[in-house]
Parts: sequence; structure tokens; C-alpha cells
Amino acid sequence: MPTKIEKDSLSGQNTTGHEWDGLKELNTPLPKWWLWTFYACIAFSLVWVVIYPALPIPGATGTSGWIAREAVMRDVQQAEARMAPMMSRLRAATPEQIAADPELRAFAMAGGRGAFANNCASCHGAGGQGALGGFPSLADDEWIWGGSLDAIHHTITHGVRANESDDQRQSQMPRFLTDGVLTRAQVNDVAEHVLSFTNRATDQAAALRGAELYAENCASCHGEKGEGIRDVGAPRLSDQVWLFGGDKASIVQSISNARAGVMPSWGKRLDPAIINMLTVYVHSLGGGE
Amino acid sequence: MGEIKTPDKLKPEAETAEAAPPSLYADRQRVYPKAVFGKVRSVKWAVLILCLALYYLVPWLRWDRGPGMPDQAVLVDMTNARLFFFWIEIWPQEIYFLTGALILGAFALFAVSSLFGRLWCGFTCPQTVWTDLFMFVERWIEGDRNARMKLDAGPRNGAYWSRKIAKHSAWLFIAAATGGAWIMYFNDAPTITRQFFTGDAGAMVYLFFALFAGFTYLLAGWAREQVCVYMCPWPRFQAAMLDENSLVVTYRDWRGEPRGKAKADGVGDCVDCAACVHVCPTGIDIRDGQQLECIGCGLCIDACDSVMGKLGRPQGLVAFETLKNLSASAAVAATLPPGPQRQQAGMAARRVPRFIRPRTIMYGAALSAVALVMLGAFLMRSSLDVTVLRDRAPLFVRLSDGGIRNAYTIKIVNKTRDEAPLTLTLKAPPGLRLTVQDVEAAAEGHYPLSRRADGITQYRVFIAAPSGLKLQESTPITFRLLDGSGRPATSQASVFLGPKP
Repeated sequence: MPTKIEKDSLSGQNTTGHEWDGLKELNTPLPKWWLWTFYACIAFSLVWVVIYPALPIPGATGTSGWIAREAVMRDVQQAEARMAPMMSRLRAATPEQIAADPELRAFAMAGGRGAFANNCASCHGAGGQGALGGFPSLADDEWIWGGSLDAIHHTITHGVRANESDDQRQSQMPRFLTDGVLTRAQVNDVAEHVLSFTNRATDQAAALRGAELYAENCASCHGEKGEGIRDVGAPRLSDQVWLFGGDKASIVQSISNARAGVMPSWGKRLDPAIINMLTVYVHSLGGGE
Repeated sequence: MGEIKTPDKLKPEAETAEAAPPSLYADRQRVYPKAVFGKVRSVKWAVLILCLALYYLVPWLRWDRGPGMPDQAVLVDMTNARLFFFWIEIWPQEIYFLTGALILGAFALFAVSSLFGRLWCGFTCPQTVWTDLFMFVERWIEGDRNARMKLDAGPRNGAYWSRKIAKHSAWLFIAAATGGAWIMYFNDAPTITRQFFTGDAGAMVYLFFALFAGFTYLLAGWAREQVCVYMCPWPRFQAAMLDENSLVVTYRDWRGEPRGKAKADGVGDCVDCAACVHVCPTGIDIRDGQQLECIGCGLCIDACDSVMGKLGRPQGLVAFETLKNLSASAAVAATLPPGPQRQQAGMAARRVPRFIRPRTIMYGAALSAVALVMLGAFLMRSSLDVTVLRDRAPLFVRLSDGGIRNAYTIKIVNKTRDEAPLTLTLKAPPGLRLTVQDVEAAAEGHYPLSRRADGITQYRVFIAAPSGLKLQESTPITFRLLDGSGRPATSQASVFLGPKP
């Protein structure tokens, strides 16, 4: 509410003529250059709006033609150009050579960590811990298809049962109950026998009955004593690591309907240098073989 | 603080207030400070030369750190993330030393302000130092106060433009030297100087050069006292540091008032010559009392002393004085008529300023405490650190034999150029087995780890518990690094996690 401009008795300054509930404001003049700086900033912002894509219109570029995505792509290209010599060295080297060279190894570990987070972590977990239900842990000492650098490289490049590469890791477990190979009672006996490998069988009679069935139906892939066979990707059944769960219900389910994980072939998707980096990184997670 | 006085400069405005509302925006009052000679001015010149010499010359000091290391005594190496200060080398994670130095600076500023007033503002603030230098150049090219006022009011002829161009060229040269010195603190001085002129320096170097040169020119040449009066926060809260026992630049009004001609009778010592106003770099009248615009440079003291000297009167009409002494003198002088007797009585009423008082004791204590903590941290600063990062995903791994394994990343931070390998051992309950990826054990549980000079070396370490080993959910363990002679160099505690027992 405008009021009369008065002189303040204490400071000798004038009021601005504004009053709020009896409170009056002293006039402490701002320097004019400050005001002009403020106007200059507004003028500058108008120019900026014209030059840069400030208006929220899809596809707006401003008169400079600057686009954020292009700027990012330029930065990415520059970063890639910087890394190019290192990447070509990584492309040319075998995973063994990379692991043995401290410089290449440090680069591969750093790059592998990023590539793993981008491509692998969604199934295998951020730290390669895996998940129950067919996503194997890469941080333990159990390797279904082999844990050497070469074996890991092959698995990443060609994938598992994805039908994207002729050299893929391939095997198929039969659906023993669904396809009528075994009866429900027989499946139960085989499950008890499988549990007996780790001394967990609760029904010794059933486990004994299952031994014969196991030898006929399972041993060719999983081994006489459940030791697993890598060539066919048949996991060990005599250890503590279970891909689809190690309790009896899970084992019965696995025998009845069969289980098989799938991993894409990354050879067509990723740069060979990145596959090499991933190989070294994944090998380091659990210490490899 | 003393009583609030009505500044004279505001009075005429108040009278016209009825006629037209005054503007909310103030015109720039140009300030033409006059040259002055005296004790305070001499001290200011000495401080100015010292500050500028430090700023411009420090980057050129050399300090031998051995091959492959920068030989610049003071260097902020952004690329390699190191701060070099003579024999000290600070890593980014030790930036708290810089924080500590800034806290020390803040408390020192508070302490000095409460003792001696705005010494920082008046003598050592970069804004004051560079403005003083720019004014010196201006006076040298355009002449003193009267000549400059005449030049600005006069015709825009050849003489005018030649002087203005000469002045601004000199200012820009100083500004360029200032921006040029700044980039030397972040790059090797001789190298960057050569690269700067051959055009090989990076865009960031030219950007920061332009930034500092531009703002030096703008702030010291054009903005000057406007920075202190309108921009700087320090004048606003310095009032909290000052009290009646702080030395501040004051006009002894009990001696000077009433003002009058030198030969008039019944008047004080102030002859109203305005010498104090003419030399003031912020264009104020010290006789109006304490005010925000006063930066405490004391040039008005020199101006007044020289006038008093010429009149044969005692010096010190304007002086560094405490407000307590000022009111003590005023109380004695109030009853006496102007003259030498009043002057002597007033001066006799003064007491030695109380420098030791709760405020200064507290500032001193805080200053000492921070300094002690800093010194302690610096003396205990280790040149070898080991950090252990436990893998969190997964927390632990179940191995095929039923055992439990934890993975750790060990980083050896080596702040020296000693590359002798260290031996990693584990102090843990029996049964836990240590392995280091890609490192062969020298003996059972002893792994020789090489380390980079002046850098970080990283290892991946596994600890495995065999199946059946009874452990808590969390077992404390300690990684120990032994030096070449088998003595513990450093250690780091961590935990071994497993499933709930």
C-alpha cells in the first residue's frame, strides 16, 4: 500500500513509500550499474534462447544448430578415438596375453566392469552373484561350461542355446515326466538318489531304487556319481551349488520338466575387444580356473 | 559501537523528499582519490609490493623432487590430482588440509578484525591491492585528483583520448599479467609461458587466463569501491567482530569540533579542508563516524596528519583509535572549550586498548585448536595407506564344496617413490585361507605385493572358509602389510561374512 514518503528519524534515510502492516521500508538505493547489469542479463538470455535450443519444441535447434545429442556423440567419438590404440591392442591380443600384461589387464578390468554392468548384470547380478532360476553365479568356483579364460571367451562369444551361433554351447535335458519317460514315483526315486550325492536323502529305500534309474537315464550326461560333464554343460549334482535350487521339490521339478538356461551370443553384438575385456573381468570375479 | 550518526551526505536528499519521490537507484558518484604521503601510505606500499611479489613470483620458485616429478615449488597439478607445496605433496583425499587452512584463515581474520579493525580490507585484500596499483597507474598517466577531474569534465580531444588509451592499455597489461600468473599455479610456469605465446596451451588455460585478466581489469579498474560497498559480504558481518575495544580508523570529533577556519577563535582543530575526504578510496567522509563503506585503509590519517603538521598542531586528529577511548576522551573534553588544554585532557583520558578480552581469547583459542589439529594431522599423515573394499554383491559366495568365500579389493596407496614390495598377511581365526588373484604365495599365507611409486596399486583378494568351519555371521579379520624386514607397515580391519549359523 503506497504511503507518503517520510524521512526516518534514526538513519536520516527516506522510506520507499511502501508499507506492510505498519512496517515501512527504507530506501537504500541500488547502484544504477547494478540495475543495468540485471537488464543486460535479461537481454543476454533472450539472445541465448535464439541461439540455443531453449524452447521446448521437439526438434528445435536454435540458430546455432547445436543439439545436445550431437555434442554428446562428439564427446563419445573423441573418447573412442582416445581409446582406439588401446582397443586395437585388446582386439589383437588373446585373453591370456591381456591377463599377463599389467597395462592391458588394468584397462580390461576397468572396461570390463562397465561392459558387464551394461550387458551382463541384468541376469548375472551386479557382482556376478547370479540368481536362482538359471542365472549362474560367476563369482563362485563352479563353472558349467568351463572357467578358463578360453572357455569363458567361447561362452560369451557364442552364447548358450540361443540358436544365434553354430558354435554355441548346446545341450538339452529330456523332460522325464512330461514326455512319459519316467513315472511320478520313479522321478521321486531319482530325486532321492540325487540328494544322496550330498548325503541329504531322507528315504534311503527310494534312493536305492533311484540308483538304477539314474544310471540308465542321467549318468551319461551328469556322470556316474553326479560329477557333471562340461562338454554337454551338465552341472555337477554332487556339490553345494544349485542352479535351479537344491531342495527336493526343485530337483523333482527339474527332472520332470527339464531346465535349461539361455544366453545370447555376444560375438555379433559386441566389439571383440570388449568381449576380451569381459572375459578377463568375469574370470577375475571368482578367480576363474 | 558508538552512537549512530546522521550522515551529512543524506541530509539534502531528505529535504527534497516532499517534492518528488527519490529514485530507487543511485547514480555512480565518481571517486577521484588524491595522492597522499605518510606513514600509513608507506606501510600500504610495502604490503602492496610484498603481496604482488608473492603472487607473481611464487610460481617461478623451483623445488627439486627427483626425476619424473614436477620441480615447481607451488603447483596444483589437476591432471595428476596432486597439490605440491614445497616438500609437501597433497593427494585429493587429503583436501581437508586445504579446508583446515581456510578455517585457519577465517579465524585469523576474525581475530585480527576484533583487535585491529579492518586491516584485511584496508591493506591485504586483493581488491584493495590491485585497485591501489591501478590507481597508481592512473595517477601516473592522468595526473592527480584535480587533473583527472578536469580531464573528465573537459573536451574529448586528442589529449583526452591519448591519456585514456594509455591508461587502459597499462591496466589491461597488468590484468593480463595477473591472469597469466594465475595459470602458472596450475601448470609448469616456464612451459606454460612458452606454450601460451606459441598458441600450444589448452583451451582451458586461455579461458582461465581471460577470466582472471578480464575480472582484474573490471574489478580493479572500473568497479573499485563498488565491490566493497555493494558486492562484498565482509563489510556486512564485520560489525559482529568489532567492539568498543577494537582499533578502528576514527575522527576525534571531541577535538575537531566545532569545525572552523584555522585562525578563527573558539573552534576545534578540524579546519574542514576535506583532505581526508579527497584521499579516501571509497569517497566517504571519516568525520561522519563508523560506516560500512570505510575499508580501514587509514589514508585519511596521513592526509590529516600532514595538514595538522603544516598548521603546527598535534597530529592524530584522525587516527587508529578504539571507540572506548574515543568516548572517554569525549567525556573529559565535553566540559572544556576548544584549545590545547582540551586536546591534552582528551588525550590523557585514553587508556591502552584492552587486547585481551573474552572475544579475542576465544578467537585465539579456536585458532590454536585448529592449528594444533592441523599440525597433528600433518605429523601423523601416513605415506602408506591400505584400503580394503569388501565385495557387497554378493556378500559371500557358497563354493561347490560347501565352503564360504568372501572377495575383497585391496588398494595400496603409496605416497612415496619407494617401490619395494610389501607382504600381505591375514590375522584371522584359524581355518580362513587367504589367496591373492594372480600372485604366487611366497610362503603359506604370505603374498608379496608390488606397489607403484606415487600411486595406487590394486589387488583382488579372496578369503575362504572350508565347509564345516564354525563361524559367526560376521568374523572380524585384519589385513596386515609387512615391509621388507618383516615389520608391520600398516594394517586394515575388515570382516568375513557368512550365512547365519
